[in-house]
Amino acid sequence: MAAPDHIAVERSADAGPAGDLPSPAGSGTIRRRARRRAEDRIKNGSLRARFRRDWQLLLMTVPAIGLLLLFHYVPLLGNVIAFQDYSPYVGVKDSPWVGMSNFQWLMFDESFWDATLNTLSITTFQLIFYFPLPILLAILLDSVVRPRLRLFIQGIVYMPHFFSWVLVVTLFQQMFGGAGLLAQILRDHGFAGVDIMTNPDTFILLVTAETVWKDAGWGTIIFLAALAAINPHLYEAAAVDGASRWRRLWHITLPGLRPVFVLLLILRLGDALNVGFEQFFLQRDAVGRDAAEVLDTFMYWRTLLTGEWSYGAAAGLVKGVAGLILILIANKVAHRFGEQGIYKRS
Amino acid sequence: MTMPAWAERPTRFGASVKGLVLALIVAAVLFPIYMVVLTSLSTQEAVSKAGGLVTVPGELSFAAYEQLFAGGVVTRSIGVSLGVTGVGTLLSLTVTVLAAYGLSRPGSLLHRPMLFLVLLTFLFGPGMIPSYLLVSSLGLIDSYWALILPTAVTAFNLVVMRAFFMNIPEEVTDSARIDGASEFRILWRIVLPMSKGVTAVIGLFYAVGYWNAFFNATLYLNDNTKWPLQVVLRQFVLQGQSMFVGQTGDTAVGGHALPPSLAIQMAIVTLALIPVLVIYPFVQKHFTKGVIIGAVKG
Repeated sequence: MAAPDHIAVERSADAGPAGDLPSPAGSGTIRRRARRRAEDRIKNGSLRARFRRDWQLLLMTVPAIGLLLLFHYVPLLGNVIAFQDYSPYVGVKDSPWVGMSNFQWLMFDESFWDATLNTLSITTFQLIFYFPLPILLAILLDSVVRPRLRLFIQGIVYMPHFFSWVLVVTLFQQMFGGAGLLAQILRDHGFAGVDIMTNPDTFILLVTAETVWKDAGWGTIIFLAALAAINPHLYEAAAVDGASRWRRLWHITLPGLRPVFVLLLILRLGDALNVGFEQFFLQRDAVGRDAAEVLDTFMYWRTLLTGEWSYGAAAGLVKGVAGLILILIANKVAHRFGEQGIYKRS
Repeated sequence: MTMPAWAERPTRFGASVKGLVLALIVAAVLFPIYMVVLTSLSTQEAVSKAGGLVTVPGELSFAAYEQLFAGGVVTRSIGVSLGVTGVGTLLSLTVTVLAAYGLSRPGSLLHRPMLFLVLLTFLFGPGMIPSYLLVSSLGLIDSYWALILPTAVTAFNLVVMRAFFMNIPEEVTDSARIDGASEFRILWRIVLPMSKGVTAVIGLFYAVGYWNAFFNATLYLNDNTKWPLQVVLRQFVLQGQSMFVGQTGDTAVGGHALPPSLAIQMAIVTLALIPVLVIYPFVQKHFTKGVIIGAVKG
């Protein structure tokens, strides 16, 4: 088998099979160095000279930064109420401080742990049954040779991503609900009707199916870009050396997709405590708390609706900090495996 | 057909399996939409004959739409949704384009801290409770601005746009700068015309976000006369609540409140679908790898 050697040679010449994608070393480093040199040149000069040169750029950035500060960072600071017994009538300044007691309550709150467990089992389930689908679909789409047909199919499968969750849940209800098409057909043929939309036992399948319908197509876009960036000479060389279709898939296509795959996996793992709020918010009542309560809906029903602000902020803070830790760990692991991860090791 | 010479011809079996799978996938996306639109256009008789949702075209009518557009809850909610989407998208796009350009030159004054501020929002969300408390303390409860301002800037969109601007060679803008053009002028006259595709895509992302916004509306709007279409959709279709078609939607008005007929329900669903279906084909061609790769690198 000469194929692997061949590929290795190609790789060193082309800075990675993925061509355009971030490569471990090579051209990326040089580009970065050039950019830093340019930066240094720009940075020279006194503060006043730089302000005179850059004030317009600063002015342009102010509205966005202002909005982010107000609606992202101010609420972040607002999390201090997690350590208080906050009452809106008294305000943040005068509400009594209670230390960690909200967190202690949370640790003994069974419904909090139930919601956490639900969230994590849905994440795990979707990691196995949803996460690989966009890759498979992308490889399938990539194998459609006729460009117009391919563009058409892409257009169709991307589309549901742009529908709201209300719409998606409604469409599923019309297909699989108690008065939906499936029940209608079953009844016409003398069977008992089904109502998948209210069955807690199959709820995890239902939400995963909804997620697949809505987002599996859109998820391919990033893999299609990675596939397009793979150097076609690699395939040709491998084919000439006698590698079969499947071998080429295994030795060229999949390695070419790996950086993107790892990146998305990290993002998903870091986001493990988020399973999408609206989807569950909309279906929680129909299915019941036991199956459909996730962390976000827990916060809404248990605290926002009852006005237990401090308790809800504590739950949010726990979730946020846990999510942050998860993403940092996932990134560390990626670095250990020699992948780029989300941010660079500077 | 551009099949490279070295590739083996696909077997007939392989090709037909592939074709079948792709056809099924396309059908799975299109069929529910087809069924909903068809039912919304069917007469009451056609709906009862089908025993519910209509899958085979029968007698058609626009009665459901005529009733919905006679005024009342749905008409008003479409107005609200269109207004929020229009104003919100314009604001978001303006703010995002400006900031993306303002942050596109590494080494400019305060570039690093400001970029850091933007990127950090990826790692840590503000949390539901504090956000609610902030919006309510700003007095935005029951204001349409509550649907716009908190989500006006998305760091992701900003970063994608910035990555795109950074790929424009500096020589292009430098000559204008030497001629004394202001940065605003350079952005408007040179950079934006070169970035129509990415602007269209980001605009679509924002517009779809506003059109689809549901939870913020249920959270921040207590006044049900201000509800956008998505909330109405949930109320009357998903939950099947009674409504007064052609009336104000105010339950204090006398008369019979009936759950809306299936055709009317499906007409509401269709109305929520239409803007996406209409705008989408024009923007789809810009979903090029450039936009997305930019996102990965950012």
